[in-house]
Amino acid sequence: MRPFSYTRAETLGDAMAALAANPTARLLAGGTNLIDLMKYDVERPAAIVDINRLPLKEIEELPDGSIRIGALVSNATVAHHPAVTERYPLLCSAILAGASPQLRNAATTGGNLLQRTRCYYFYDPSTPCNKREPGSGCGAIGGVNRIHAILGASEHCIATHPSDMCVALAALAAIVEVEGPDGRRDIPFSDFHRLPDDHPERDNTMRHGEIITAVRLEGNHFAGHHSYLKLRDRLSYAFALVSVAAALDVKNGMIVDMRIALGGVAHKPWRDSLAEAEFAGQPATEETFAALADRLLAGAEGQGDNDFKIPMARKAIVRALKQAAAGTPQVQSDKQIR
Amino acid sequence: MLNEKNVFGSPLPRIDGPLKVTGTAPYAAEYHDPGMLFGHAFYATVASGRIASIDTSKAEAYPGVVKVYTHKNRPALASSDDAWKDEVALPGHPFRPLENDRILYDGQPIALVIAETFEAARDAADLIRVDYAADAPHTDIEVEQAKSYVPPEPRKEDFLPTDPRGDAEAAYDAAPFKIDAEYVQEGEHHNPMELFGTSVIRSEDGTLTVYDKTQGSQNSHDLVCGVFGLKPEQVRVVNAYVGGAFGSGLRPKHQLIFAVMASLDLKRSVRVEMSRREMFYLTWRPATVQRMQVAADADGRLMSVRHHAVQATSLYEDYQENVVNWSGLTYKCDNVRLSYELAKTTMSTPGDMRAPGAATGFLALESAIDELAYEVGMDPLELRGKNFVTYDQNDDLQLTSKALDLCYREGAERFGWDKRSHEPGSMRDGQDLVGWGVATGVWEATLSPAEAKVRLFPDGKITVSAAASDIGTGTYTILAQIAAQNLGQTIDRVSVLIGDSSLPKTAVEGGSWTAASSGSAVQAGCLEIKKTLLSLAQKMDNSPLKGAAVEDLAIRDNRLVLDRNDQLGLAIADILGSNEMSSVEGHGKVEPDQEQAKKYISYTHSAVFVEVRIDAELGVPRVTRVVSAIAAGKIINPKTARSQILGGVVMGLGMALHEEGMIDHRTGRIMNHNLAEYHVPAHADIHDIDVIFVEEEDDKASPIGVKGLGEIGIVGVGAAVANAIFHATGTRHRHFPITIDKIMEGLPGQ
Repeated sequence: MRPFSYTRAETLGDAMAALAANPTARLLAGGTNLIDLMKYDVERPAAIVDINRLPLKEIEELPDGSIRIGALVSNATVAHHPAVTERYPLLCSAILAGASPQLRNAATTGGNLLQRTRCYYFYDPSTPCNKREPGSGCGAIGGVNRIHAILGASEHCIATHPSDMCVALAALAAIVEVEGPDGRRDIPFSDFHRLPDDHPERDNTMRHGEIITAVRLEGNHFAGHHSYLKLRDRLSYAFALVSVAAALDVKNGMIVDMRIALGGVAHKPWRDSLAEAEFAGQPATEETFAALADRLLAGAEGQGDNDFKIPMARKAIVRALKQAAAGTPQVQSDKQIR
Repeated sequence: MLNEKNVFGSPLPRIDGPLKVTGTAPYAAEYHDPGMLFGHAFYATVASGRIASIDTSKAEAYPGVVKVYTHKNRPALASSDDAWKDEVALPGHPFRPLENDRILYDGQPIALVIAETFEAARDAADLIRVDYAADAPHTDIEVEQAKSYVPPEPRKEDFLPTDPRGDAEAAYDAAPFKIDAEYVQEGEHHNPMELFGTSVIRSEDGTLTVYDKTQGSQNSHDLVCGVFGLKPEQVRVVNAYVGGAFGSGLRPKHQLIFAVMASLDLKRSVRVEMSRREMFYLTWRPATVQRMQVAADADGRLMSVRHHAVQATSLYEDYQENVVNWSGLTYKCDNVRLSYELAKTTMSTPGDMRAPGAATGFLALESAIDELAYEVGMDPLELRGKNFVTYDQNDDLQLTSKALDLCYREGAERFGWDKRSHEPGSMRDGQDLVGWGVATGVWEATLSPAEAKVRLFPDGKITVSAAASDIGTGTYTILAQIAAQNLGQTIDRVSVLIGDSSLPKTAVEGGSWTAASSGSAVQAGCLEIKKTLLSLAQKMDNSPLKGAAVEDLAIRDNRLVLDRNDQLGLAIADILGSNEMSSVEGHGKVEPDQEQAKKYISYTHSAVFVEVRIDAELGVPRVTRVVSAIAAGKIINPKTARSQILGGVVMGLGMALHEEGMIDHRTGRIMNHNLAEYHVPAHADIHDIDVIFVEEEDDKASPIGVKGLGEIGIVGVGAAVANAIFHATGTRHRHFPITIDKIMEGLPGQ
């Protein structure tokens, strides 16, 4: 860990100014990922800007039925909030599938979006990693890559995004509200995280100086037919090998609308809206779900240790959609797969 | 006979429990001293080679840094291997931190930063720059086994594979049913809650009090004296509380050497504590490849057993375990051949990890026995029963006791084994494939040399002292129970002082021998007290105890009395008072009975039953039920005893399903060196675990009838899980851990 300056921002303007003043400044919210990375000497910010006093801690229910979750609302608060539980149970389920109660109490909504990959090589500064040190190479390609990407990877990086919450937010087509020197803007969730391409050091499309202020949920709630299914190396407290956020609108056995997002398989929560559209109007049957799984995984490529993720993702997609169609979402409390 | 009515066998809560749950039991890295310095190690990031150059200038210039040690500037340390050999050292050259420029393994400490604060030491360590002349790593046991060798120097005679008997090859060839299979187990890494740490508190006269995380304070003490040329009285080592060790703390670690080295050199108090990451570069359970060739006749009788194991060791020491001998003594078989070899790897020397050797050997043996049962078409428990043996065929010795048959019977009954249907995949329950597996476990029950002092005061207070360690097992509590029992007191009258090198000599805490050894020493001390009291009492006028023998005596209500008539006796206060004594001390001592060892050998036994439920499509495993039936002689404290078995079972589940060091064999480096990616079971992975202690009388295993429990709980668990997974899915998994992807790929219809 390197020495750093610490300032506490009282207003959004303070925070933006502090960020603008230092290109290596980092915002501190829950600290559940940043502090670990600093201890591992992966993150070396010269300045820490504590934003925990900013007024971004409300969950607002807007007149049009949408919900705005402040960036500093804890994961636990979101997961147990009555309005979110009622309207967007898929989100609550995904949050409760992740981490531990202690971490969910500390981790924030904005921080969850910004958590870094769990790639072994990213975490070990003595190894090459294009994400940590652009141009140094990728240790994971040809190395230990059990937890790595099967979709959307590049020759520079095969890391995955580790969040559960974000997989549900992708499926629910959330909007990320950010504010920066150039004012406010809304970023559709599918545009928020990015694929590694030639710049794996960039996890998302935010610009330096911008701050996430809220995440907005609007439109279809998929409260009746949804499921978040997470497969991992033990039954709790492990990152997803593969996870699936499935949401369906079903009428007379036919799919009216659907969303499906995958976690643990790509540099971002993986969603393919073209595929979703193609399958609208088809019967909500296992055959349809299997065809959709094949479609989603058509371009999937294993790296060796993680080849199993392709058949695993296929099975998980089918199961999650079956759970969603039946209205029996995966329960997160006892970790029993249903 | 000694009275055993009340305290023995009571499920008393551990006496150190309140201290631990309130955070007031101090651990090695929690001792403070004003002006203390802090050390942080810097470790190699290649697995093999040499340090071409090392630049510590930036670290040295960092504010707060006092000194940076490397192989170039360290103080002189002992030069002979002998000085570096601790009580449980291995054949080879013990690791010496900062010895020279050689890199022997990934994560080897190659520099030590000492600073005024922990943070400065850690920050400065990040500024050290090293150029390596790296050599090719060798870390893949499945590759390196091609160059395996018989270790030229055995670690212990007992570990040598027993001589072949009969003709295993001919019997195998002639047998109608046979299995020839290879089992691979990845390395496991010790991660007890407490990290290795040492606080050296330096007195003004230069003597050192060393608080060390260790399983043997005297082992650390003697090593420090040898390496630094100190007189015994210049150093005292304390390990009053140990936050789990499981074998990792048997051999002193480099942080002890570092802390003492810096303290002596800088004449300050010093603390060096490891990080979680560094735990992955220490003592580990070696990766192992085992080949089992077993054969049976149509009745399920074993005709032939061959067991060959190759284990990873380091470049500099030959770590060895008893992996294969279990296969010659667990079941009756007249044709046996056992062999054991090592393969050099560029890893740190492996070390003992809960039931070292047995946990590994039984993974293969008990998997193979299960496979054989299916070949024969016989219930796996029935086949085990058919081959029950009542003596040790390896050494032709009698057993001091063996209630394994009761383990099978009571375990099966509790588990409901009779409701099992034999065919794999035949117990499906909705979406779940249900599988039931069983395995046998054996561990040696040994006595190691131990001493203890017991002191009795007129008011009935007792102090017990020994250099024994309580590594979380409940040693404090059972020693108090034994003293209370023998001196007719309640446990709250007993103070136990252990974990201090200045106390009566005790071997390192390991091998499941502490309860039997230190417990027997305490009992012997109590007997000394009674003898002394009796002889004092008999010198008193009109003593009612004249003519009494010590066997006839008991202590009740602070009186030394005749056991059969406690009206006859004398108050202890009076006995001591009339001899102008304020207390009476007994010095107990035990050691293994060499004469008995010519005829008898002693083992603990277990039968472990496991139910797994596996999602038929996704392969997600859940170990929903475990019954572990244990035969381990007398149980002094059923509560702490049960905890030992529960912990062993949980660790066994981790071995079966989760734990594995992931090595990038291109670089020879461990990549999952943290507890997020090195998986041990989480609470959600643990369901019902039922522990049964079967009745087992044993008057030879130890003077107190105890056999020890630390290891037996893990033995057999891995195989029982694998056997249950086979029963559920029809796929035999021979590569451990059996992770979800392997199970998924082995599901029916894949």
